[in-house]
Amino acid sequence: MVLQTIWFFLWGLLWALFFMTDGFDLGIGTLYPFLGKTDQDKRIMINALGPLWDGNEVWLITAGGVTFAAFPLVYSVMFSSLYSALMLILFALILRGVSFEFRGKVDDPRWRKIWDTCIFVGSFVPALLFGVAFANIFQGIPIDHNGIYHGTLFTLLNPYGLLGGIFFVLLFMIHGALWISIKSEGDLQERAVSTAKKLWPVLLGVAVIFFIASKFSTRLYDNYVKHPAFFIVILITVLALLSVRFFLVRKTFFKAWFASALTIVGATFFGVIGLFPNLFPSSLNPRYSLTAYNASSSPLTLKIMLVVVIIFIPVVIGYQIWAYNLFKGKVTQADLAHDEAY
Amino acid sequence: MDVVLLSRLQFATATMFHFLFVPFTLGLSFLVAYMETRYVKTGDETYLRMTKFWGKLFLINFAIGVVTGITLEFQFGTNWSRYSAYVGDIFGSLLAIEATVSFFLESTLIGVWIFGWKKLSKKAHATVMWLVAFASTLSAVWILIANAWMQNPVGFTIRDGRAELVDFAAVLFQKYAIFKFIHTVSAAYVLSAFFVMGVSAYHLLKKQNIDFFTRSFKTALGFGVIFSFVVVIMGDINGVIIAEKQPTKLAAMESLWETTTRAPVYLFALPDEENERNKIEIGAMPGMLSFLVRHDINAEVRGLKAFPKDERPPVLITSFAFKGMVGLGFYFILATVLGWWKRNRLVDSPKYLKLMLLSIPLPYMACELGWVVAEVGRQPWIVYGLMKTSDAVSPIAVSQVLTTLIGFVLVYGLLGVTGFYLIAKNALKGPELATDN
Repeated sequence: MVLQTIWFFLWGLLWALFFMTDGFDLGIGTLYPFLGKTDQDKRIMINALGPLWDGNEVWLITAGGVTFAAFPLVYSVMFSSLYSALMLILFALILRGVSFEFRGKVDDPRWRKIWDTCIFVGSFVPALLFGVAFANIFQGIPIDHNGIYHGTLFTLLNPYGLLGGIFFVLLFMIHGALWISIKSEGDLQERAVSTAKKLWPVLLGVAVIFFIASKFSTRLYDNYVKHPAFFIVILITVLALLSVRFFLVRKTFFKAWFASALTIVGATFFGVIGLFPNLFPSSLNPRYSLTAYNASSSPLTLKIMLVVVIIFIPVVIGYQIWAYNLFKGKVTQADLAHDEAY
Repeated sequence: MDVVLLSRLQFATATMFHFLFVPFTLGLSFLVAYMETRYVKTGDETYLRMTKFWGKLFLINFAIGVVTGITLEFQFGTNWSRYSAYVGDIFGSLLAIEATVSFFLESTLIGVWIFGWKKLSKKAHATVMWLVAFASTLSAVWILIANAWMQNPVGFTIRDGRAELVDFAAVLFQKYAIFKFIHTVSAAYVLSAFFVMGVSAYHLLKKQNIDFFTRSFKTALGFGVIFSFVVVIMGDINGVIIAEKQPTKLAAMESLWETTTRAPVYLFALPDEENERNKIEIGAMPGMLSFLVRHDINAEVRGLKAFPKDERPPVLITSFAFKGMVGLGFYFILATVLGWWKRNRLVDSPKYLKLMLLSIPLPYMACELGWVVAEVGRQPWIVYGLMKTSDAVSPIAVSQVLTTLIGFVLVYGLLGVTGFYLIAKNALKGPELATDN
């Protein structure tokens, strides 16, 4: 019981860390056609995430891998149910990843145009679909007692699912705009800041609607009513979202970015706590839901994986912080002149 | 077309495409790290230019390898959900450990290496590439342990209708995994060595950047000659292990129908699966197979007929892929030994250089054929002796898989063409005259 409970929250944490880290990459990619007026702007945007995106994306692989290892039944039912949505995400991420590497390799505007489009599509689609997928998980998925999915890709595109998608896209766009504010100067920085300022009230509105809609479309609040202490997570999320604005107007961009990171983690945990102990609830019958207790691996595997995670996740966080720190500071024209720059 | 066949085609497409890029990454990371260390130690600018030139090709290749690897991890869930639920307790944990322990390090540090030239000391920067190389080979360790478990499941018990882990050490340190790892990784190193030698040969034939490409060639040659031997020797040991653990695969590899003592190896055999015999047999070496797998020419080796028809792998594909791989393996030894003999007069050996240029695709073929032997030869099992491939697929619609299969073929097709175009373009252009460091 204890092991499974620990793993439930570790599972949530890994997804939250993926959204927090790769979230700004996806946000920058979504803003890319709008903020990047000149080729130099575009290159600054790509190089602002250049050294980091690859390591960020591994949080997705780890979150997926840990789902497989700790909750094999969830892994198998979740990814076969969400087949089309997940495949779209994966194809999009493939395009995004190679675009960074390919874009600068041929000196031809048409060539760059192709990869520019791929960067946008490859960032916007995953941002949207991750939101859609998680919102649907929050409200329950039509799976039967054999874990067979009764629906299509369009079943997921219901109002609450789409609301979740829009919520994620906005979270990531602000997160990305703040990263660009940190990493750039001049016109580009101004545009990034003003974009973040314009998007913020929209995000606030959507967040409020999302939290209210969750009351009607999901049973997430049941756990909060049962254990009111958990309301603190919602409170922190709201405060973090408000401090994004607070730091933004004071032009302390790193703090604003950090606040938006906290908002993303908070929003993810809002859902994860509400779900507990469900990992993949069934909308057909609660008895068909996959939970931390009926879908987990054996105690031995959970123990071995726990040791691995307790040792290595802090190590990973350690060297990722080192890498972030190594590449702090603005991306300048001199940086773009390097052989290796994207 | 059913979901099983389409899912198999899709997985084969995704894996084989992924493995066009992975071996190069595995090997070239070590070669680039070595070149950079030579630069740090000697201060010789040529080594720096070598690091940058081969490093650039490495990075294009790396990008495609990384993005196509992600789809693989999720495909076990999307297309093979019954398999995932059945073996996740063991197989899933190995994939999760791979990501946590190795892939994170590799991916984080590659960014540091690309962008960190001015931010790190020379020594630290070279160390980063060594760590990338180490981490990518460590990734291979975990993936191959996972694959070895599908070939020869150990350390588990069946409880509540699934395979549960009981002995983790047995899974990690089984003979099958260890030798499979050395064999596969050596093959990857051979591939990268042949690539570097082939591209260098092109420039040496054109008499451009002679010093640069002679050094590159020789660096790769040392690596290539060693691992060409290792890969063949390990292949031989693997044969012994397969004979013991997967007799159906061995019989299919050698196209052996009858159980017999003094079992032969055929230079060429055309199997006729319907009539359970070989239509054509050329160059039989009696006792050779018995000797190779049992170290005794009189030992008995079980033929395909000893097993029920529905437990035999496709014989034609398995045996042809195996013969092709073995033939290429011996060719790599010959080509690298010949190179070693000519190593100090490469520029004056245009025929040899031409041969090496034309040899670039061969290790790619050998690596793919190796996986065909391993995976087709394991059929009809997804986990040997435990679960059939046909019982492993997801409850999804044919139309879904058909759509994504077409998607894979299109996206990977375009990606492959673009990737190899960029690799070829940069390889043929040659190194920059000077670097900005």
